[in-house]
Amino acid sequence: MLIRLKVNGEWHTADAEPQASLLYVLREHLGLLGTKNGCEQGECGACSVWLDGEMVCSCLVLAAQAHEREVRTVEALAGPEGLHPVQEAFLEAGAVQCGFCTPGLVVAAADLLARNPSPDEATVREALSGNLCRCTGYVKILDAVRLASERLRGRTA
Amino acid sequence: MSISTLTKTRGGVGESVRRVDGVPKVKGEFQFGSDLWAEGMLWGHTLRSPHPHALIHSINVAGALALPGVHAVLLAGDVPGKKCFGLEFADQPVLAGDRVRYAGEPVAILAAVDPETARRAAAQIVVDYEVLPPVTDMEAALLPDAPRLHEYGNVLRHVRIVHGDPDAAAEVWVEGYYETAMQDQAFLGPESGMAIPSSDGGVDLYVATQWLHVDREQVAPCLNLPAEKVRVHLSGVGGAFGAREDVSMHVHACMLALRTGKPVKMVYGREESFFGHVHRHPSRIWMRHGATREGRLVSVRARLLLDGGAYSSSGSAVIGNASTFAAGPYEVPNALIEGTRVFTNNPPCGAMRGFGAVQVCFAYEAQMDKLAKALGMDPVALRLRNALKTGSALPTGQIIQGSAPVREVIERCAAIPMPAAIPMPDAVSMPKEEGGRRDRLSYPGGAGNVSRGEALRRGVGFAVGYKNIAYSDGFDDSSEARVKLFAGSSGPIAEVHSAAAEVGQGVHTVLAQIARTELGVEHVVLHPSDTLVGSAGSTSASRQTMMSGGAVQLACQAIREELFDRVRLRAGMGDAPLVPDGALTLEGGMVLAGGVPVGPIEAYLDEPIERTRVYHHRPTRAMDAMGQGDPHVSFAFAAQRAVVEVDEELGLVRVVQIATAQDVGRAINPQAVYGQIEGGTAMGLGFALMEEVQVREGRILNASYTDYLIPTILDMPPVEAVLVEEPEPGAPYGVKGVGEPPTVVSTAAIVAALRDATGRALNRVPVRPDDLIGLTQPAASAGPPPAPDVPGPKAVPHYWGLTHGQGTLMEPE
Repeated sequence: MLIRLKVNGEWHTADAEPQASLLYVLREHLGLLGTKNGCEQGECGACSVWLDGEMVCSCLVLAAQAHEREVRTVEALAGPEGLHPVQEAFLEAGAVQCGFCTPGLVVAAADLLARNPSPDEATVREALSGNLCRCTGYVKILDAVRLASERLRGRTA
Repeated sequence: MSISTLTKTRGGVGESVRRVDGVPKVKGEFQFGSDLWAEGMLWGHTLRSPHPHALIHSINVAGALALPGVHAVLLAGDVPGKKCFGLEFADQPVLAGDRVRYAGEPVAILAAVDPETARRAAAQIVVDYEVLPPVTDMEAALLPDAPRLHEYGNVLRHVRIVHGDPDAAAEVWVEGYYETAMQDQAFLGPESGMAIPSSDGGVDLYVATQWLHVDREQVAPCLNLPAEKVRVHLSGVGGAFGAREDVSMHVHACMLALRTGKPVKMVYGREESFFGHVHRHPSRIWMRHGATREGRLVSVRARLLLDGGAYSSSGSAVIGNASTFAAGPYEVPNALIEGTRVFTNNPPCGAMRGFGAVQVCFAYEAQMDKLAKALGMDPVALRLRNALKTGSALPTGQIIQGSAPVREVIERCAAIPMPAAIPMPDAVSMPKEEGGRRDRLSYPGGAGNVSRGEALRRGVGFAVGYKNIAYSDGFDDSSEARVKLFAGSSGPIAEVHSAAAEVGQGVHTVLAQIARTELGVEHVVLHPSDTLVGSAGSTSASRQTMMSGGAVQLACQAIREELFDRVRLRAGMGDAPLVPDGALTLEGGMVLAGGVPVGPIEAYLDEPIERTRVYHHRPTRAMDAMGQGDPHVSFAFAAQRAVVEVDEELGLVRVVQIATAQDVGRAINPQAVYGQIEGGTAMGLGFALMEEVQVREGRILNASYTDYLIPTILDMPPVEAVLVEEPEPGAPYGVKGVGEPPTVVSTAAIVAALRDATGRALNRVPVRPDDLIGLTQPAASAGPPPAPDVPGPKAVPHYWGLTHGQGTLMEPE
């Protein structure tokens, strides 16, 4: 079936099987490989994207559900002026190891900070609890979100 | 005029530098194995046995081949060369022939135009199985009438270590029985890779792995190709933790690519990943500790049983490790340790972070706590009294020659401040702001805790453990590296070519740091890792920083010698000023003589300088029939203290804080070292509290992230870590590996804290809610099995003349 969707500001049409997930279409039809497939069950969050501004696990969304809608992926986070503050903070804090969970985590962290620029630690933990990381033990991920929050607030102040 | 602008080389050894692969990783641009793509590529798929033990009478592939879009379906008979592979012994069929030995064993492979077509085609393959009774219990596997997994029986290796007088009398004895479950590495990025056939009849394999050369060593004979026609390249690795030591989709993808003449990509889903790699060996452990009334250990008796599942994998080394570490990081004058690694029809087990040291640490640290209680001693004081040190003799007779700051890690861990007291919710009627009821989300179980916190108990546990660095038992797992120094358009550039697999731990960043420090050059580029350079050995056993780091250091030193020859030659020709007797050094892109800059490095690089060097660790000696030898290269120690809260009515747990001190030798990249400690601790926490591959009658019941739980960010406490830097003599910069010790100790520390909180025995991990509220009894045993009648001390297949999979790469002495 033909699915038309706007991804990172550009309209695309994909001829996908009816049971194809949004994740599959992003990766295999549109070549947007930044969004990762870690579990196919919505448990790991590596496939997190925005669908009409709302963060979803793209493995749990049928591609057909994204028809005529707008998707934003990790590839859209960094602007021409450089990395998104969350991405910068992940590097600085040492929150990246193997990096497979990283795209999903930076999406989730950016989503949180866009809604709540000054989250306390419990809020950060709750917001990122749907993103599994097997390498870092999450300690430096918390550091990174704290750092990004400070930076973003500094920027708007 | 450049003299006054001399700056120190930035980004060198000892600095917390950013990862070399960090920017692409945060942008989603880093190419993992699952992101590979090639024009016209096909998707490979594996059909696996649903039965843990069965004969295969026939396989009908006609239905699959008839589907449009299916390019090839291959069976055991299609394997071009050697039918089996294996790290230690080539006993694992590429595709099952007439018999399957575990549920999940590959039976057929196929290639199709897309994953969905491949799945549908696999469903059309008809396999006629004759189901056989499986042996799924590790003790039952030792019984004389048990079904035999292999012609030589069900024992891979039996290790016996006799030290001093095992019958020595002691004043106080404690004994215990312990069990550990099967743990999965559960890396985020499942097995993946792509094979591309080449015009020379060979194949290029891009794969997420831990050791490129040992892959080639196993893959090429199965393909009936010479090694040079199988070029293995490292693709992006989404975590490893031991699970990528064994071959998974490697041979399959190559077979399909060679058969179809097209690139073939294979990516496992999460469920398949549980069948696609080995797991941590489940264990049963019986221990008896004897001590004097003053708390000095007199004797340790340990009997270990590891369930290795259907094939050898690295099990012979795992039982070697478990046995040699069974007495813990303590001076024990008398010991009898016997360890058996058995075969069953369970999923194969092999390497996982900690490699045998995890299981025994859980047991020996529980024993130390029991002993402390029996003696009325403080558990930390008991550990200090018996701590190993440089010069101590281990049960194998090995004398610790390197650094062994066991006392330091214990003392410094114990000195870390305890977490602030959290108001316990006893005053439930008092408003929270007045110090009464606390935020419910901070209760064990978080939002899932519906109590008023009436049954919260706090506990503190302490554990010490250790792990060997690099491979043991006489293996020379050397590492090669090639470094090229050349003049770039804006200064000198060093290129490092190493086959060391970057799996997320940061070894490529470490290699760049070493090149910067050794060559005084900031601009370092990493050549992609492949088999066009010599073996780096495995990214395992916490060894790459020492081994490949050592190789890069040697190559850089050789480059420096050549560079200095050029400097001296030119000075001799009166071309440049040179302090005649000043030692030459490199710093900040400059050549210095006696500390005074004499010119930029690139001025001497009309010709690039390239050097290739191999680093060897000190030789070791395998254990003899009495378990005596000099088996390990060096050791890294860690101590952890866990503070937990348990809800005694709901069986829920919250780890409040982990405090730890770790012996790291020298931290090359401190931030990355802390990252390893935190991540390794998380894996130990998972094993203590939730992680178990549940296997019933040989079948995995929970092959998904929904049912196999790993810690989330809600489960992880703050980790207060202290690095103890006592350089290891003979190692580059004095480094020790850091990845494994945290995993070795954290499970033991957390369960000790749970025992402290609940007063329960808790002799099995993971600890389940039912264990914490007394709905289950402690794991019980009628006693250890007798030692099996097998030749020793090496692995049994060795005596049957089976080929050694690691072959020429790692000849035993």
